[in-house]
Amino acid sequence: MQDAVLAMLAKEPSHGYDLHARLRRSLGPLGESMNRGQIYVTLARLERAGLVVCERADGLPERPERKVYALTPAGQRRVAAWLSEVGWPKPDLAEFHLKLAAAAAARLADPVELVAAQRRELLRRLREAQQTALAESAGSGAGLLLEGVALRLQADLRWLDACERAWSAVDDEVGGG
Amino acid sequence: MSSVAVRACGLVKTHGQGQSRVRAVDEVDLVVPRGQTLAVMGPSGCGKSTLLHLLGGLERPTDGEVWLAGRRIDTLGERALARMRRRSVGFVFQAFHLVEELSAAENVELPALLAGHSLRQARRRASLLLERFGLADRARHLPSQLSGGQRQRVAVARALANDPTVVLADEPTGNLDTAATLDMLRIFEGLRSAGQTLVIVTHDERVAATADRLVSMRDGMFVDDTRLAGSHPRGLGGLIGLED
Repeated sequence: MQDAVLAMLAKEPSHGYDLHARLRRSLGPLGESMNRGQIYVTLARLERAGLVVCERADGLPERPERKVYALTPAGQRRVAAWLSEVGWPKPDLAEFHLKLAAAAAARLADPVELVAAQRRELLRRLREAQQTALAESAGSGAGLLLEGVALRLQADLRWLDACERAWSAVDDEVGGG
Repeated sequence: MSSVAVRACGLVKTHGQGQSRVRAVDEVDLVVPRGQTLAVMGPSGCGKSTLLHLLGGLERPTDGEVWLAGRRIDTLGERALARMRRRSVGFVFQAFHLVEELSAAENVELPALLAGHSLRQARRRASLLLERFGLADRARHLPSQLSGGQRQRVAVARALANDPTVVLADEPTGNLDTAATLDMLRIFEGLRSAGQTLVIVTHDERVAATADRLVSMRDGMFVDDTRLAGSHPRGLGGLIGLED
């Protein structure tokens, strides 16, 4: 979020109000839950970190004292670094993997049941992402984002199938032995 | 009119004889209310396609009952069963199964003609359906002149020709590329929101996620039954981790 807000200021100095509107446009229905307060909190943090400066601009009569935020040289360097960074959000698979192993070892829960519950949850999310994506007009930025969300959920669901096969086999061995 | 489109009680289907006898479908009970879209998932050989064939009257159960729109169908004679299939069930198959010698429009007209409608009625219905699925300019093409995605859209149009009680789809995206699969998702979502009762057997999680409800099959039995409909309490922002 911090990097995204900084990068939006690279084009030109802007108000929190405009930044919020631009984020909402890019995210479409996914950005509906985002409130303007989050933007101001982020901007305040960036200001304390010396990445942006805030100037009071002469506001319109009906909206006095608008704050305009601009990148500092440090902020510009950070944006450049962010754009050239080859990062990818880490899927949190290790935690779930360890949960299954711990549940099985302590006989606290059936791993196959945990996998089934996880699958139900991911399928509901996939359904929601997909319905929202299909309601977007073709070529919208938010539709493209939602397509990515759906593809990742699909990959996670396939991994859960592999988990189920593996832990069912363990069950069979224990049951049969 | 019955509010239940499809009902199965104690459904069993065995294949083979003696030692090699396999229960493809093993004591399945199922109720699909009108307007519900149901997805059936499971590994190859779990009996999901056999189940679909039993529900649509393409195969007869070894034991148990199948009811369609309040009428028991597993005890019907061959001719009555064929008539029921033509009027009340629409099938969509993985390999499309279009008649290669007939144009797209003629393929869609065929079920209505077989069900006793006039040529004029059949043509009007076919042209509406082809239009609905973006195929108006492909109506005169033979299946061999169409892409896989277009062929499957013709197959969906054909399945809807007689306004069936239920559409049964067996791996409908199994032969389609990614773009055509997305088209098919859009079509299933459209059918769902139009209130068409639909049972889809699929390997594809995204196809399954268009349904209101998902059952998982293993070794001929249902092992999970999940309601997918209903908004997620975390909201859409939660899908992309915007809270951070």
